[in-house]
This record gives sequence, structure tokens and C-alpha cells, in this order.
Amino acid sequence: MWKWLHSYADPERAYKLSSTLLPWFATLAIAFIGIGTIWGLGFAPTDYQQGDSYRIIFIHVPAASMSMAAYMGMATCSFIGLVWQIKSADWAAASIAPIGAVITFIALVTGATWGKPMWGTWWVWDARLTSELVLLFLYLGVISLYASFEDKVLAARASGILAIVGVINIPIIKYSVDWWSSLHQPSTIRITEKSTMSTDMLYPLLINIFGFGLMIAAITIVRFRSEILARNGMRPWVRELAKAEGVK
Amino acid sequence: MKKGISYTQAFGTVLKRDLQIAIRHRGDIFNPLLFFVLVVTLFPLGIGPEPQVLTRVAPGIIWVAALLASMLSLERLFKADYVDGSLEQMLLSPQPLPLMVLAKVLAHWILTGVPLILVAPLLAVLLHLESNSYGALIATLALGTPVLSLLGAIGVALTVGLHKGGVLLSLLILPLYIPVLIFATSAIDAAGMNLPYDGQLAIIGAMLIGSLTLAPFAIGASLRVSTN
Amino acid sequence: MQFDSISEFLNMGGYAFYVWLAYGVTFFSLGTLVALSVRQKRKVLVEIAKKIQREERLKETRSTK
Repeated sequence: MWKWLHSYADPERAYKLSSTLLPWFATLAIAFIGIGTIWGLGFAPTDYQQGDSYRIIFIHVPAASMSMAAYMGMATCSFIGLVWQIKSADWAAASIAPIGAVITFIALVTGATWGKPMWGTWWVWDARLTSELVLLFLYLGVISLYASFEDKVLAARASGILAIVGVINIPIIKYSVDWWSSLHQPSTIRITEKSTMSTDMLYPLLINIFGFGLMIAAITIVRFRSEILARNGMRPWVRELAKAEGVK
Repeated sequence: MKKGISYTQAFGTVLKRDLQIAIRHRGDIFNPLLFFVLVVTLFPLGIGPEPQVLTRVAPGIIWVAALLASMLSLERLFKADYVDGSLEQMLLSPQPLPLMVLAKVLAHWILTGVPLILVAPLLAVLLHLESNSYGALIATLALGTPVLSLLGAIGVALTVGLHKGGVLLSLLILPLYIPVLIFATSAIDAAGMNLPYDGQLAIIGAMLIGSLTLAPFAIGASLRVSTN
Repeated sequence: MQFDSISEFLNMGGYAFYVWLAYGVTFFSLGTLVALSVRQKRKVLVEIAKKIQREERLKETRSTK
């Protein structure tokens, strides 16, 4: 039933497929993020409590939610690569890791710049911020483990195991950090009261979340393609491509 | 192919071998312990000798130092075996790898975790730990340090083939240590305030059982990758 | 449009520094990531092309001997 999927494990077909998909993802991502950001910055109504500072939400929430999703995607790819020995999945995992790290970094920075005007400090040991920080460390661990192996087949397997161990640990870490901050945190600090958002604020937010997802997919495809080329340097079709495009 | 020795025998042999090797190189046991003591004594020098302050931060200091000490000692877990080739022999043997890995981790814990537990009360005295907290300190260390050894062994197994594994190791495993740290210190804090702390202990116990069942497989898989 | 003028838009109700800092950092880091990722493919291809050239040169010197 899933036989047709296996043909995409072939690097050349995977490369061609991603080359076809890339313009679609890239265009849609730019369109969605463009619309969402302009709507959010210019047209969404001002929040009556937080004023205009809340407009950071339109990048903070997409980055934060996608940082976790990207990790799950990376771990899924690693799992597929480890269990079924599909190398394309390993390459995809290796391509997602740096993107996820950047997205997590963005979530942290935007969280801090939102925290400063709202809570009066750049950083609080809030549960969400803390677990985001830990997530960043997990990403960095996967990236540097992948980088420190000379043999990239082994590198992918090793960092794949680490990513899967991380996935088992993420809920535990998340739970423990939530529990910890509910013990220690002074109750004066509240992030967003679960206020029902008006649709004028919600739509640009949803558009941006979707756009961030598309953007991660697009950048993943870009990195995935060069990963395929780098790992298949001896294959004839890659050499043809290199002769056509590389010499300049 | 001959069946060879039973699982229990294999487990016992690996355990005994590791303990014997360690007893011949006593420095390997004492250095992490010494490190633990030194780190703990540095803190009062850094933050001042007021007993109230020290009482407040004592659980955190002891546990953070325990994390670092266990990480420091972990580096040796597979290194010597990897270098002299006995690790590869172990991978080739007919007995299941997770079982033998578990024996090695147990040996490591006996050599570094147990001394840590024995020294900790002494350091707690130096840090003016709340007198109610001693039981909780011992209990959390007894349940928590095996978790540290098991989780850390995954990281060590992943980096054993690399030349510059040391710094990388800390990046890989310290994030995984966070839950243990959180629940252990909060159990000690709760005990200091005469509150019940069996909930935290139960969670650390659950982590111990979880890592005891899952970690050996991850360690085994990582070793197969590293020695490839 | 929520804002009456461009200057008011840039002012962001007094939160200009924080809002624009957040957006600036975001788009700067995303831009860097995209640029690096796009350049990566070129680099890989150039490397492979160089390798091919080297091999061909080796073959030539061997055949002329």
C-alpha cells in the first residue's frame, strides 16, 4: 500500500520532487507571512490592555508553536531513517535541525522583547520561556552531534537517536518545568489572560502560524536539496548538475 | 553455535569486571568525588557565609554539584573499553547488549553514585541544610543518581567514538537532567518546611523505572552507531 | 488601517522599540538562515565541480605521459 512512497527514497527522485515543490512552498510562505504580518502590524485593532506591544504576538506565537512542531518533524524523520534505513529521511532530519534552532531562538527573543514592556523585565523564569530555552539546548545538541561526526551516515544515526531520546523527554521536561514554575513564580506575573481574542486579531495570527509552517517547509526543502547533493557527490546525475551549474 | 553462559552470569561477569578494573584505578573513583566536594565548598566562598542564605540554596548546590560530578565520571564509562577493543567484543557476544550495558551502568553507579550519597550528608552539614531535610536528601540522591547514570550513559555512548566528546557531552545530557534536578530539590525543600515530599519521590522513582527499562536499549543502539 | 499616519504607525503606541526590535530580530535571523541555506547548494555544487575538474586534470597528465 505504501510502496509508491519508497520510490521517493531514491535521491534523484527526491531531489526532483523537492525542486518542483519548492517554488510553491516559497511563494505561499512569503504570501502568508506577508499578509499576516502587515495585517497584524497595521490593521489589527489595538489591545485595550497591552496597547500596541501585543503586536509581537503575530510572530512570537507562530515561532513558539512551530519550534515544537519542527522538533517533532525532525524526530519523526530520524525515526523513519533509523527504523527503515531510509537515507532521505536522515537528510531531512539534518536539514530541519538548524531551522528549528533559529525558530526557537526567535521565539525566545520575541518573548523577551514582549516581556520587557509587559512585565518590566527581559527574562522571567516562566514555564514557557524556560522550556523553550531547554528546547533550544536540545536542538543545539542534535546539531553539534551531527556536525562532530566525519561520517555523515553515522552522524545521522547518532543524532537521530538523540532526537528520539529528546522526544521522549520533552513532555517530561515540559511537565516538570510547568510544575516547578507554579511553585516558584510570584503570582503577580501573568502572561496572556485567556481572553477570547477578537477575530480581527485571531485571523492574522492564524495566517502567520500557517505561514511559518510553510516557511519552515520551504527552507527545509532548500537545505534538503543541498544535503542530497552533498551526500551523493559521486552519482552521475549530481556530477552532471555540478558541471552545468557549479563551474563559474 | 553454543549457547554460552546464562544472562545472569553474563551480567555478573561484566559487573565484576568493571568493579575490579575500577578498584585497580582508584583515582577514577575519588576524582569525581573530590570534584563534588570542591564545587560544593566553592559556593559558600562565592555567595558569602550567612547560614540563612546557605540553608536556602543548599539543596540546589548539592544537586547541581552531583549532576556535574556524575557527568564528569561518566566520560570514562565506555572510553577505556572502546580504546582497547573490549567494547567491540561485548557488541559481538551472543548475550543481549542492553543487559550488559545495564551491568556496566550499575557498576558505574556503585562506584560514583554510592560514594556521592555517603558524602552528601557531610556537605549538607557544611551548608547548614535544614535538619528535617537529611532524609529527603539521601532518598532523592538514592533514587536520582541512577537516573543520571542511565541518561548520561546514552550521551556517552553517542560520543565515545569522538575525539572531543567532553564539551559536547554536557550539551547533550544536561538538558535531560533537568526534571531530576527540579523534583529532587523541591523534595528537599518540601522536607525542610515539614511538608510531605512523597509525591516528588514517587515521580523520581517513576523516572528511575522508566529510564531503567528504556535507556539500556538507547545505549545499546548508540554504541552500535559509535563503534561502526 | 488602524493607525492614522505613518509616524504613528512607526511609533506603535509608544512601544516602538520593543515591537520593531522583535520584528527586526525575527526577519534578520530568518533572512540570514534563508541566505545561508540558498548559498549552501551553490557551495556544494562548486565543490563537486572542482573535484571533477581535479580528477580530469589527473587523467590528462596521466595520459600525456
